[in-house]
Amino acid sequence: MSYVANTANDQQAMLAAIGVDTVEALFEVVPQAVRFPTLELPRSLSEIEVLAEMGRLADENAEANHYSWFLGAGAYNHFVPSVVPQLQMRAEFYTAYTPYQPEASQGTLQAIFEYQSMVAELTGMGVVNASHYDGSTSLAEAAIMSVNSTKGKRTKILVSPNVHPQYREVLKTYLQGTDLRVEGDEEPANDLAALTGMLDKETACLIVQSPNFFGELEDLEGLAERVHGAGALLVIHTDPISLGLFKPPGAYGADIVTGEGQSLGNNLNFGGPYLGIFATTDKLVRKMPGRVVGQTVDTAGKRGFVLTLSTREQHIRREKATSNICTNQGLIALGAAIYLAALGKQGLRQVAELCYHKAHYAAAEIDRLAGYEVVKRRPFFKEFVVKCPKPAGEIARQLTEQQILPGYVLSRSYPERSHELLVCVTEMNSKAQIDQLVRALKEVA
Amino acid sequence: MWQAEEPLLFEMSSPGRTAFSLPALDVPAAELPAELIRAEVNLPEISELELVRHYVRLSQKNFSIDTHFYPLGSCTMKYNPKVNEATAALEGFARSHPLQPEGLAQGNLELMYRLQEALKEISGFAGVSLHPAAGAHGEFAGVLIMRAYHVAKGDLNRTKMLIPNSAHGTYPASVAMSGFEAVEIPSDERGNVDLAALKAVCDETVVGLMLTNPNTLGLFEEQIEAVIETIHGCGGLVYGDGANLNALLGVARPGDLGFDVMHFNLHKTFTTPHGGGGPGSGPVGVNQKLLPFLPCPLVVKEGDRYTAITPEQSIGRLKAFHGNFGMHVRALTYILMMGEAGLREVTYNAVLNANYLKARLEQVYPVKYGRTCMHEFVAMGDIAEGVHTMDVAKRLIDYGFHPPTVYFPLIVHEALMIEPTETESKETLDRFVEALLKIAEEGRENPDLLHNAPHSTPVGRLDEVGAARKPVLCYRG
Repeated sequence: MSYVANTANDQQAMLAAIGVDTVEALFEVVPQAVRFPTLELPRSLSEIEVLAEMGRLADENAEANHYSWFLGAGAYNHFVPSVVPQLQMRAEFYTAYTPYQPEASQGTLQAIFEYQSMVAELTGMGVVNASHYDGSTSLAEAAIMSVNSTKGKRTKILVSPNVHPQYREVLKTYLQGTDLRVEGDEEPANDLAALTGMLDKETACLIVQSPNFFGELEDLEGLAERVHGAGALLVIHTDPISLGLFKPPGAYGADIVTGEGQSLGNNLNFGGPYLGIFATTDKLVRKMPGRVVGQTVDTAGKRGFVLTLSTREQHIRREKATSNICTNQGLIALGAAIYLAALGKQGLRQVAELCYHKAHYAAAEIDRLAGYEVVKRRPFFKEFVVKCPKPAGEIARQLTEQQILPGYVLSRSYPERSHELLVCVTEMNSKAQIDQLVRALKEVA
Repeated sequence: MWQAEEPLLFEMSSPGRTAFSLPALDVPAAELPAELIRAEVNLPEISELELVRHYVRLSQKNFSIDTHFYPLGSCTMKYNPKVNEATAALEGFARSHPLQPEGLAQGNLELMYRLQEALKEISGFAGVSLHPAAGAHGEFAGVLIMRAYHVAKGDLNRTKMLIPNSAHGTYPASVAMSGFEAVEIPSDERGNVDLAALKAVCDETVVGLMLTNPNTLGLFEEQIEAVIETIHGCGGLVYGDGANLNALLGVARPGDLGFDVMHFNLHKTFTTPHGGGGPGSGPVGVNQKLLPFLPCPLVVKEGDRYTAITPEQSIGRLKAFHGNFGMHVRALTYILMMGEAGLREVTYNAVLNANYLKARLEQVYPVKYGRTCMHEFVAMGDIAEGVHTMDVAKRLIDYGFHPPTVYFPLIVHEALMIEPTETESKETLDRFVEALLKIAEEGRENPDLLHNAPHSTPVGRLDEVGAARKPVLCYRG
């Protein structure tokens, strides 16, 4: 298959205009010893063959349509209304690029402005950017922004151990070339009281996740005052679906809010592409990394939208830029905006309530089983930890044979927690599926 | 284009309207923790048809590849084949979870493995990790890999990263994020890295050189072997930017040229859609000596089973989970469709199209470095008294063409960076030439026509200064 339009005649005419005889002659600058290598690649396949081959690979995977799915841990099986992909995949959206020319990109720009507006409402924050790669990179950039907002004078980043373990890894990857240090997250006993006790004049920020990795809603009341009292910023990472029901981080005085936006109308996609939500306060807007869209007017006074505050970005003051991000997850942010608009004021609340009630029903039923115990330290949203009568990995393997994925086996991230399972329940799980899970857990106990 | 002003969603909202359908609660309701519950979320309330029309109208306010020629330099805005979207939407890919057991994700892991292998073969590198989420993310990975290599050798005095003045804009930030200092290297009169200047700064404090080849002028480095030798000679590494790989498929492999590490842009060379600014995907390839430092996870084949591993001295994880897997599906689909011969055809025609446009335009739009270009070239847009590149760009919109990249690279005054790609027909290129020649005439005869362009879009030129001075970043009611 070739997507090239040039025919042999076209090529001859073009070569004549250029003044060379062959296309190969255009490559004489390439060192001869390495010019025109043979590539050991399979021969070109037809579309029929490619679809068959990719179909075969796809069929080798378990997927959420054909299993009872209770696996979450940062990637969630939520409903994607039909209207989302249908509109998101309008060719004019998905085959456009970054709106460098605003007059020819008002569609993309207005859609992002509306995304920013709805996420601002959702998080309770004044400012939202056009998005980052995913929740984990949003969080890492939030830490760096916190340091920069102290002009680099504070170098300690306090992190709760209840933050997603992969996110904590990403943060450390991002910081490995700097003199910034991460503290607090390696000791599981560090609760918020212990963490606030570690605040000092070196601390740039405290990073908390709520609902945390284990599904619990952290006690955020009064936390911002304690953090601000030490001159640090409060960064809260959250699940946007939970904000349909629970008080947003903005209401607790957060300075930066990050989140994984995959839940908002985007497929699981084996981990990507996802959507890094990033929000902050009006006061900190000029420290915020990433693209952002602003409202303005044209020469005739008509409302229009542009990429703005670009002096923070790489192409203006290159070496002063503190983040190298130069794109956003445009199409995924568009999907999230369509999702939020489709669900609207009532729908997002209903999704969150369905998750909450179903998760609590599942937790209560599992807790009643002999040998199982649900950890009940804090109120939770849609995920909870179950202590099992035998290794959780073994239980998960046995349930998989019955087309049930019962949850995340915690020993994959915490080797010492061998008997614990992190169970996730969403609006996608029917009562029948939950009852099936409970029965299966009972049988394998 | 749709011309009428489109209201914001919030302005269309009417209490009680809905566009969703959810199942009734089928379990007993649990008690809510009252002190944690919010009163409401003020999202818009809209019917489904209104929602559909809103987004369809917004879409009609965009230029895109599927509607317009989009010769945006260094962005490789080529056709995004529809079959890519069909495969990426297959349930087994789209509805699979990153943490499901590997035994239940063998199709995904095999796909990733095969894409890693294909990219290795295309680039001449010893290993490829698909993990980074975008070009700049892959570039950051590359710099961290270079750092990890020197640290592992105990070579801790290397702090200087050399960057040509024609480089892409994100390099200095990636370098600063990695704790290094960027040192700019000038270009010579033929658009190459100035070899003498390079040699003058090479010493035992050099981390390496970050080089786009072909560079942002669309020119292949004429002394590429000497440049790479110079850096290796002082113990440094050479990082390559795969942004311009569309010029090299089946023509030259960066690994064979001596590059140590390079990122790929699957959203440029390998036809994953640009999505209005993302998602992209920026896999990183390395030669033998940098293999231990690749980011994780990396997919390997053990017997007939595929598994994700962490290389022993890995720089670590740069994002959650595997990478932008949906883009991996599209890229492998494309590579399978093309095969070896197809990929070489891509580069042949990308370079042919660029040189054809250059030949037809350079009398009127001067090209600073006149030699044969690769997949793109940089012209200058100040073609008449008082007329600037921005005016030409905006006027092109009226003729139905997305403007080229403007005012970049910084080393060319009034730059117009034009990359036609291989998927455009000669007829389209000819129409583009005619429009640019007409615009040059207009610029001489009626420059205000250009100064006030575009005239055909839903909004005219926008007040960007005002937008930045008093930012309005979300709807305030």
